[in-house]
Amino acid sequence: MKIKAKVKGDAVAVKMLINHAMETGRRKDESGQLIPAHYINEVVAKYQGAVVFSAHMGTAVSKDPYLSFAFKGGVSGESISVTWVDSHGETETKEAIIK
Amino acid sequence: MKRKSWMLSVGSIIVMQCGLVYAESQLASKSNDIAGQVKHDVEVFQGFFADRFSKVEFADYRNGVYALDAAAREQWLEIEEFPPYEFSVDEGEALFETPFANGKSYADCFENGGINIRQNYPFFDEALGEVITLELAINRCRESNDEAPLPYKKGAIASISAYMASTSAGEVLETEVASEAAYQAYSEGKKFFYTKRGQLNFSCADCHMEVSGLRLRADVLGPALGQVTGFPVYRSMWTELGTLHRRYAGCNKNVRALPFAAQSIEYRNLEYFQSVMSRGLSVNGPSARK
Repeated sequence: MKIKAKVKGDAVAVKMLINHAMETGRRKDESGQLIPAHYINEVVAKYQGAVVFSAHMGTAVSKDPYLSFAFKGGVSGESISVTWVDSHGETETKEAIIK
Repeated sequence: MKRKSWMLSVGSIIVMQCGLVYAESQLASKSNDIAGQVKHDVEVFQGFFADRFSKVEFADYRNGVYALDAAAREQWLEIEEFPPYEFSVDEGEALFETPFANGKSYADCFENGGINIRQNYPFFDEALGEVITLELAINRCRESNDEAPLPYKKGAIASISAYMASTSAGEVLETEVASEAAYQAYSEGKKFFYTKRGQLNFSCADCHMEVSGLRLRADVLGPALGQVTGFPVYRSMWTELGTLHRRYAGCNKNVRALPFAAQSIEYRNLEYFQSVMSRGLSVNGPSARK
């Protein structure tokens, strides 16, 4: 996962790119077998412990999802953390410093 | 001279094709002036676009169709702000730095350790008598170190090529045609570019010169000038990186022609010709395309 957070005007613009297969469970591989579903359920971003963004996602979102949002009250130099959880229960958390 | 001035006064594809005949007849009479002839070809080619899109700055042609289509450019700039190929460049760097089984690595095969050299490809290898592209050089490097070659269109080779291109950002293409044999390869590429093919009977020049800037259904056709600088590209349609020859094959299929194999002599010569035509533009690969 890559996160970029930047102060723009009175808000912080956050962009993230998550490396994930986002398999729908409906695709077949070359031998005709169904590829098991494996997708991100939830993405949560926190700033100083408070949730500033959350998203419930499903199979309709593309591979390697790109998300962006903005929130007010962020200060340059502080960090923001993003966590995602997928349908297998796998999870990843990353922090980024706001520029 | 009289013929030449007539040529320059009309700006159309047909004239470009006459230019080919003209080029060949002049070669016969003056075989030592290859450099001058190629320079003339480049001027005519780049001049065509300068006339056609007078508001587009030369350096902007490396951005392909986004040099022409303001609405698409806006979206593309957003994408490039956080490019989807970043993971692949990281992967390419890791692959590039992983040593082969014999302990050597890619860096040993290339000058300057493979860094900042993308602009030197493709080139005509006088000893081997063929055009060497970056992807071909990567696989020849693997083979000389007893590693299996990689498939040419996507995956690891595209990632490695993308990483190598990323270390050469801003370096200007100065592709040379320095010998009779090189001119032969260049001319083959040029012939390919202007030859109509497929069930739809289109040449590269038909779409990317004659009707460049116009719409094909919802999309604007990109200019041929600068097409090579941004490869490999992450196409949204592919949802992954692909090499220039993957795109060539796609283009050929679009006009319902049978594509050539990636890294075939035909596509290498075409890449060589296109790189010569794009002289003066700088490397900006990898990049994002629709």
